[in-house]
Amino acid sequence: MDMIKITIDGRVYEVENGITVLEAAKRNGIKIPTLCHMNLKPINFVNKPASCRVCVVEMEGGKGNLVPACATDVRDGMVIKTTSARVLNARKTIVELLLSDHPNDCLQCAKSGDCELQSLAATLGIREIPFKGIQSTYKKDSTLSVYRDVDKCIMCRRCESMCSNIQSVGALSAVHRGFPAVVAPAFEAALGESSCVNCGQCVQVCPVGALTLVDNIGDVVKALNDPTKTVVVQTAPAVRVALGEEFGMEPGTIVTGKMAAALRRLGFNYVFDTDWSADLTIMEEGTEFLGRVKKFLAGDKDVKLPLFTSCCPAWVTFYEKNFPDLLDYPSTAKSPQGMFGAVAKNYFANKIGVKREDMVVVSIMPCLAKKSEVARPELGNGKDQDVDFSLTTRELAHMIKQYNIDLKELPEEDFDSPLGQSTGAAVIFGATGGVMEAALRTAYEVHTGKTLPKVDFMEVRGLEGLKEAVIDVDGLPVKVAVCYGLGNARKLMEEVRAGNPNGYHFIEVMACTGGCIGGAGQPYHHGNGEIIAKRMEATYREDAGKPIRKSHENPDIIAIYKEYYGEPNSHLAHEQLHTHYIDKSVKIEEVK
Amino acid sequence: MAVKSLADLKKMSSEFKNTVSLRENGDNVDSLIQIKVAMATCGIASGAKEVMDFYLEELDKQGIKAVVTQTGCMGYCYAEPTIEVKLPGKDPIVFGHVNVEKASEILEKYIKNGELVEGIIPVNYETVK
Amino acid sequence: MTHYRFHILCCGGTGCKASNSAGIVRKFEAVLKEKNINDVQVITTGCFGFCEKGPIVKILPDNTFYVQVKEEDVENIINEHIIKGRKVERLLYTDPKANAHISDSKHMGFYKKQMRVALRNCGFINPEDIREYIARDGYAALGKVLSEMTPEQAIEEMKKSGLRGRGGAGFPTGKKWELARTLVPNAEQKYVICNADEGDPGAFMDRSILEGDPHSIIEAMAICGYCIGATKGLVYIRAEYPLAIRRLQIAIDQAREYGLLGKDIMGTGFEFDIELRYGAGAFVCGEETALIHSMEGQRGEPTIKPPFPAVKGYNGMPSNVNNVETFANVPVIYLKGADWFSKIGTEKSKGTKVFALAGKINNVGLIEVPMGTTLREIIYEIGGGIKGGKKFKAVQTGGPSGGCLTEKHLDTPVDYESLAAAKSIMGSGGMIVMDEDNCMVSIAKFYLDFTVDESCGKCTPCRVGNKRMNEILDKIIKGNGTMEDLDTLKNLANVIKDTALCGLGQTAPNPVISTLDNFYDEYLAHVKDKKCPAGQCKDLLSYVINPEKCIGCTACARKCPVNAITGVVKQPQTIDQEKCIKCGTCIDTCKFGAISKQ
Repeated sequence: MDMIKITIDGRVYEVENGITVLEAAKRNGIKIPTLCHMNLKPINFVNKPASCRVCVVEMEGGKGNLVPACATDVRDGMVIKTTSARVLNARKTIVELLLSDHPNDCLQCAKSGDCELQSLAATLGIREIPFKGIQSTYKKDSTLSVYRDVDKCIMCRRCESMCSNIQSVGALSAVHRGFPAVVAPAFEAALGESSCVNCGQCVQVCPVGALTLVDNIGDVVKALNDPTKTVVVQTAPAVRVALGEEFGMEPGTIVTGKMAAALRRLGFNYVFDTDWSADLTIMEEGTEFLGRVKKFLAGDKDVKLPLFTSCCPAWVTFYEKNFPDLLDYPSTAKSPQGMFGAVAKNYFANKIGVKREDMVVVSIMPCLAKKSEVARPELGNGKDQDVDFSLTTRELAHMIKQYNIDLKELPEEDFDSPLGQSTGAAVIFGATGGVMEAALRTAYEVHTGKTLPKVDFMEVRGLEGLKEAVIDVDGLPVKVAVCYGLGNARKLMEEVRAGNPNGYHFIEVMACTGGCIGGAGQPYHHGNGEIIAKRMEATYREDAGKPIRKSHENPDIIAIYKEYYGEPNSHLAHEQLHTHYIDKSVKIEEVK
Repeated sequence: MAVKSLADLKKMSSEFKNTVSLRENGDNVDSLIQIKVAMATCGIASGAKEVMDFYLEELDKQGIKAVVTQTGCMGYCYAEPTIEVKLPGKDPIVFGHVNVEKASEILEKYIKNGELVEGIIPVNYETVK
Repeated sequence: MTHYRFHILCCGGTGCKASNSAGIVRKFEAVLKEKNINDVQVITTGCFGFCEKGPIVKILPDNTFYVQVKEEDVENIINEHIIKGRKVERLLYTDPKANAHISDSKHMGFYKKQMRVALRNCGFINPEDIREYIARDGYAALGKVLSEMTPEQAIEEMKKSGLRGRGGAGFPTGKKWELARTLVPNAEQKYVICNADEGDPGAFMDRSILEGDPHSIIEAMAICGYCIGATKGLVYIRAEYPLAIRRLQIAIDQAREYGLLGKDIMGTGFEFDIELRYGAGAFVCGEETALIHSMEGQRGEPTIKPPFPAVKGYNGMPSNVNNVETFANVPVIYLKGADWFSKIGTEKSKGTKVFALAGKINNVGLIEVPMGTTLREIIYEIGGGIKGGKKFKAVQTGGPSGGCLTEKHLDTPVDYESLAAAKSIMGSGGMIVMDEDNCMVSIAKFYLDFTVDESCGKCTPCRVGNKRMNEILDKIIKGNGTMEDLDTLKNLANVIKDTALCGLGQTAPNPVISTLDNFYDEYLAHVKDKKCPAGQCKDLLSYVINPEKCIGCTACARKCPVNAITGVVKQPQTIDQEKCIKCGTCIDTCKFGAISKQ
């Protein structure tokens, strides 16, 4: 490694050549504040517009201006001052400027306590703003998932980078110039009319309260307090490896049992697990996959391969908006959330003798897109929806706190039966590659009738954005691809559109960083990619500790097929557990 | 029309020179031979136009850099056509009764060699600006 | 071949065109035809620079300069000048000092001190005829460079000339070309970009060059392409310059026809072609990274350098960006040599600079002077002094990003270093002169209004900071300023200058800083005494009627749009200050000088 010497605040440090002043300082314990900068290493997400100017430092030589530490590379012999009177004054003035055009409503702001601007203002000890001028005001806007209050936007452009560069969605970009400049959909249309797919990654990276989630805690509390309702809750695989962070636990702490205990104390009548329906998803989707492969092997030229997974609702909306010509490719299986809702309101309600309309199904998801998914007309009976409300991990944490519960002190409890038992295959749904691995575990054994020599498919694991592998299914080479980030998904979809030259059979797509563990409803990572890696590690740890690790071996799954659905992809299963997709391409004339 | 080489371009440039030479010369009038032809009614009536045309063509043909302008009546109507010739650094001289033949003589002798020819109108006058 | 007796040059620059120069040309042609005169040629040229007196008609070879010509004057000019050889005195320029007509432009104060290098062909050739450009040794520099020099030698020559970027920053052109040539040696494609996004309010030198001498830009871009190893040129030109676009496009088409653009230029194997890209007229797109983003179809906003365009420019490829005026100097440098060029100007600033002279000055227009000419020479000799005999107060150089210089700076030679030392900038060459009636706080606000409007909004100091400065200035102008505001203003100006991302933001506070430095008393007068010494700030002045002079004719009362003036007829009137909107109508109406501003 090429090392050079630089001086920061009077001390000489040996640092790696080619890094920025910001990075060099950070590695030596000097944390230069930033607002716009974000470097989420695992996904190569770098937002470096050098536009907030909070990280400016004094550099000897040069043109004489202060330079942004985030975008200035170290040079041998460089002399940097990060705390001179000039730097401190500039930094404070800049934050004061930002605050002068920012609503003064920290106490009511959804981001209070998690806001990077708020904490920076506190650090710098800003008590009074010397300039009072007009503040920019814009229309508030909301989808079912994302709430936009761009009066709070500080033009860091992280959301724009995320939406355009990583997700290739391009719903958000800067509009206007000068003082009124702000990030908004094209023509300042409502987000819901734009190309937005509600993945919510913009919310996950927003440093302030300009982009937040749509809060459904109130709806859930109301249902819990309604004596006529039976309230059922399901929790997604990725929630249990992240919820603890909201209570000061180390990232990667698994809180499955404590979470079940908390949910029970919140008053849910049945505490179930989306992991259970994840196993069900594997049965349905795996069977569908095997069916298509069999047809393909039999020489059917019209069979649609590759099969795409359909668990991720942002991804589903993405292909509905961008690839309406390829709607036959994704699996018709509903997402685990959707399947759970269908089972709960059809099978389970009947089983416990509760009328469908008296049952309320709540889901706890790491996701913002799930809030939109629950409202899809296909996931209801025309009168009410299979899942009534979807809360995020963050909302659940808030709720637990509001109910005066100290998660840390709770005992570990189990989920209720019969929709609570799950396998390791379901647990790994939370991480990128997990659905693929779970499906392979089952498909292999169902297809070959043999026991897998090794349950772990290491080739589809890891934080790489786009992976591919050829899996030997007892002599049959199955070509798979796994990706997260919709930009990667777009590449694969375009390949499929061009005739699938790489010959993929099965592709898993998740919209968010590292899969659901990096979902937009998870605790804020504030740009720390390590947190996501730790959640991933915890996910596989939980899998490894499970007595049953293959979906088709889940006794409750076996039982429900025996008792109710008959077999995977049966007529009843199709009616309740499968869905269809709709062309939702955005027409620019309509947006205007 | 394409320019095939630098030499080609240079050739073309000299061919086109006359499109702007009148302007270039006018711009550097003090360092050039100036010929003013009196072209009022009296001058034109007695053939000044032909004299002017003669100079325009002949100077160009011989490649002599000169500025030929016309001027109003210089007041010597009895001696029309009259011309005024100013060589660089010298005082202007007015010639009277200049027909084409005379013009040619003035060109050959005075303009090219500085020899005086007959027909000079010795006056102290000022030309019309 | 016809031997023309006269060339009639009619200015076809945007300014003269706006005052009907095209109609004048048509009229000349019609009258000549009607009178059967066929040895007179009428030529539409580019701008002569003396826009104050347009439309301009120049008659050659006797170098007669007619000003403010109207269509009705055409017949007169032909009858008198062309037929009878008598100059039309009433259309000649009148020297304000000598009060005498001057017929030859070379003897006019406006032109005497000028030296036209970049503008050498403007107002001289027909920009729509490549033959005239070639006749003026056009493309000879390109031919010379292609046939006689290696790219390295050509770059060396450019470095030796000392030419620096005329767009504002003054970066040495030869050095820039060298970087574009060497930093990325094996680039798949490189680009020569001409920055024709002239945005300084009042500056129009680039437009004039493109309108008056478009081939010089094409030739220079091709030379640059040869030097840096680029085969493609792009001109980023604002769509609001339709005439420049049209003439440039005609010139490009002609150059292609003559094989001076395209493949195998002049048989040397060198290939180069040029395309136009239209800008929407954002000031910030004059900044080279913003310009490149705009050309790529992205939002026109600057990004941090490095990477410089020489490494990562248009479409990620190495690109060299020079502005129009810089390019206009290039062919002459190769024709006459670097030594010739470097003798003009000062030690560090070589050559000439074009300025757009405007404001309270007699001769408004476009001028070109050797670097090192003093502000005094420009204002008093070329500019003919202050209008209406008023007192000079300040001169603002460098457009909205420049500073206001005062009486004590008048002997500053204009070059990059001296202007910077005086806390202003060369900029792209705007020069606006102010007199005693200009309030300097208002001037600062005027410029800031512009930069606030033109900020792209990317970085905090520029987006919010300039807005806040503007608000404080507004407060001061309205009479609500405090001493604390002055401190805040100063701090903000310095922080913005110190921290903004691009040149626009960094220089936006300059008008504020220099007026605070040079006219602090005027700020104090606004803040402490609530007075505007120049009498410009409406909120700080009141109109009063002197009862000793007022005869009570009530003319003012009848004219007052808000009925603020009352009184008995034949008795002195009074103005109700509550109602008065300070429109000034009463002063204009009063025949007795009884009303004054206080």
